Amino acid sequence: MATTAEGFDIHQDHGHDTHDHADHKPGFFARWFMSTNHKDIGTMYLIFAIIAGIIGGAISGIMRVELQEPGIQYLQWWAQFMGGANDINTALHMWNVFITAHGLIMVFFMVMPAMIGGFGNWFVPLMIGAPDMAFPRMNNVSFWLTVAGFFSLLFSLFVPGGTGPGAGVGWTVYAPLSTTGAVGPAVDFAIFSLHLAGAGSILGATNFITTIFNMRAPGMTLHKMPLFVWSVLVTAFLLLLALPVLAAAITMLLTDRNFGTTFFNPAGGGDPVLYQHLFWFFGHPEVYIMILPGFGMISQIVATFSRKPVFGYLGMAYAMVAIGVVGFIVWAHHMYTVGLDVNTKMYFTAATMVIAVPTGVKIFSWIATMWGGSLEFKSPMVWSMGFIFLFTVGGVTGVVLANGGIDDNLHDTYYVVAHFHYVLSMGAVFSMFAGFYYWFPKMSGRMHSEFLSHVHFWTFFVGVNVIFFPQHFLGMQGMPRRYPDYPEAYHFWHQISSYGYYIMAASMLFFFVNILYALMAGKKAAANPWGEGATTLEWTLPSPPPYHQFETLPVITDSMDYHDHRPATA
Amino acid sequence: MKKAILAALAAGLAAFAPLAVAAQDAAAPAPAPVAASAEGGMAEAAQPAPDMASAYTPMAPTKGKGMPTSYQDDPVQSLTFQDQYSANGEYALWMHDSILMPVITVISLFVLGLLLYVVVRFNRRANPVASRTTHNTMIEVVWTIVPVIILVIIAVPSITLLARQYETPPADAVTIKATGYQWYWGYTYPDHGEIEVISNMLDEAEAVKRGEPGQLAVDNRMVVPAGVPLRIQTTASDVIHAFAVPSLWFKMDAVPGRLNEKMLTIKEPGVYYGQCSELCGARHGYMPIAIEALPPAEFAAWVKAQGGSMPGEAEAAPATAAAPAAAAASVPAPATAG
Repeated sequence: MATTAEGFDIHQDHGHDTHDHADHKPGFFARWFMSTNHKDIGTMYLIFAIIAGIIGGAISGIMRVELQEPGIQYLQWWAQFMGGANDINTALHMWNVFITAHGLIMVFFMVMPAMIGGFGNWFVPLMIGAPDMAFPRMNNVSFWLTVAGFFSLLFSLFVPGGTGPGAGVGWTVYAPLSTTGAVGPAVDFAIFSLHLAGAGSILGATNFITTIFNMRAPGMTLHKMPLFVWSVLVTAFLLLLALPVLAAAITMLLTDRNFGTTFFNPAGGGDPVLYQHLFWFFGHPEVYIMILPGFGMISQIVATFSRKPVFGYLGMAYAMVAIGVVGFIVWAHHMYTVGLDVNTKMYFTAATMVIAVPTGVKIFSWIATMWGGSLEFKSPMVWSMGFIFLFTVGGVTGVVLANGGIDDNLHDTYYVVAHFHYVLSMGAVFSMFAGFYYWFPKMSGRMHSEFLSHVHFWTFFVGVNVIFFPQHFLGMQGMPRRYPDYPEAYHFWHQISSYGYYIMAASMLFFFVNILYALMAGKKAAANPWGEGATTLEWTLPSPPPYHQFETLPVITDSMDYHDHRPATA
Repeated sequence: MKKAILAALAAGLAAFAPLAVAAQDAAAPAPAPVAASAEGGMAEAAQPAPDMASAYTPMAPTKGKGMPTSYQDDPVQSLTFQDQYSANGEYALWMHDSILMPVITVISLFVLGLLLYVVVRFNRRANPVASRTTHNTMIEVVWTIVPVIILVIIAVPSITLLARQYETPPADAVTIKATGYQWYWGYTYPDHGEIEVISNMLDEAEAVKRGEPGQLAVDNRMVVPAGVPLRIQTTASDVIHAFAVPSLWFKMDAVPGRLNEKMLTIKEPGVYYGQCSELCGARHGYMPIAIEALPPAEFAAWVKAQGGSMPGEAEAAPATAAAPAAAAASVPAPATAG
């Protein structure tokens, strides 16, 4: 144990008063534009994700305001603002542009960069006791490709896309609406943005896989890795296997659009449904890509604030592996109404329901982790408990939708919108806020306000539930997705839903005020602000960690179990 | 294309203008310009049906039947599915209400209850020293097996429902082909002298004037017989649309180059509204579906009024000869059964 303890001493004691190599930082430009440091790149990913989240969230505000009343109220104004013609069709097209941009931004430029790029970059090396990622320069390339992709998407909003400016084809970019149905460069730019973001993610995935397989500290076997690292490992494999399929599908879209191929055009022997199969072969793993790192974070946080090791560690790890594997063989449940034959539909119904089993294992294991624990309701913990409940609600409606025969009525209605927002904008987003409040002191070296974090939680919790719970009712009554307007019968619940948005938007103010407060006036954070429950390696380093950590590798001895990687106290 | 749509819309509205007046006077024989029959399968050819003196009057919809219910009209009904008017719809609704809904409610409340319990029982004040329990094989097996059992229980009616939904229509089922266009529907009746109905959304004010729900009412409805099996086929001419009617538990994508087919039996006469359910461009929200189910005899009269013929007498009708050509014109690619 002596070596480990010494290794930690270097950072804790000398890091502050001596200017040793570990904390030598390059100049501003070299540090932030040519970065090879996993923590800096992680920080940039997080800032990027917050900016993208503000834009994507503002777009959902435009949509909720429009949907508050039946009829078309504001879309014409937006059409003109974006440089389109002042007619009703351009206004309606703007709606499709908004839903497309909202979906793509939230999926590719908010959740993925925050989860994998941000928290993954920051904490995978710290948790496995590695000095950095395996390919630091490639890490930088991944980030800037994502940024370039975001700009390509934003640029698409201002160029012609058929009926008006922007790509109005939905985040799924279904052919033939995205090929023959949308003339103009906007859709090309939107597709290209997916290429760029996808390439960035593939590079990032290879980086994570290599890092996790090769750079774990001595003694840290796979079965001693923190669950967050497990979750990122599984996610990286999903990215690596799924994204190339998306890249192929959207490349075929581009050639169909520009070079006369007919992959998805029946007039030339192609098939529009082929695109859907390719897209969802990527798209379904994608939804697990968005939630698995959240699972990992929740496991760390629940264990920390219960002062108890994660219950059923191996079950938790392999449940994620199982979810990842099964996630690849359920894609056609997004396509129940395209005209699948009966056997296919029965298979996908059964396979989809199987996913509920490992997901249930995770939910119950988190509760079992708390059971018998000594719970402290700090901000990360309340967000995690909110996550567990809301993800359960989103999960059970997934079991409803899994039934191909039931989905005949619910497919493409607001029920689906409610379902995936419960698992993503409550599941994934709650886990991100939990992770953010958990690791913010570590990343910034400052404590945020627990009071503001709790206010943020409760207002956000109420807000998102008021937004999305009524959408189940709308969907069951038959309200289709992607509609800017609706019959009077849907008015009431749409109105309630829009009110929920205002609550949610207001609650975000507490988040931003909290960050500003912490950065300007927050108390200095200790190496481990969360107490004895926080047992992973990042808490053995000062807050913020030195620019380069673990120059002497920590050693995980045989006597240490999966849940405690702290060096023995001297 | 836009001009054509507007022309078709205008023609439809113009055709209905006298109807609104006529509806005031129940005794007056209503004109029946319902079908905009088009020989070449093109929308521009919208013209009133030849037989102006027929007995067909569009049925008045029943409030709350075949359409969504607002919170103001019925708070409870507005929380759930529309009432169902097909056997499969009733079975699916039963499955949702009696199996899925109780199961998911109990699971959600169970998880919520456990969370509240640990909050009360295991908070730091109540339980200052945490246990170190990390494994319990028995309980892990239980919470794996019990969900499996629940899912198997759900799977039985689910598979049954799917099997019922995919029953092959009998040979004498009434075939209606719904074709999605940007942004309206066309309905053809290949066994009834190739009648073609072009169906555009009614202006909201016009719909309200006629006592129909806005954004759901159309100028020319898809008229079908009630109580007999229908063979609904869907396809599209430009991008993917979806033919969806919530009160019949029916949704099938209309995909260019494909012909999807499914059986539907509507239990009783009525007007059943639906909306396009696959993003299809700017006016995606404005291409509703209205099915009018009539007693078979009235359906036959409607067919006659459209200049079509019932299958028995079809041999003599000249329209039958033109049917293959017309079908080929409106759907370029060969059919693939769904």
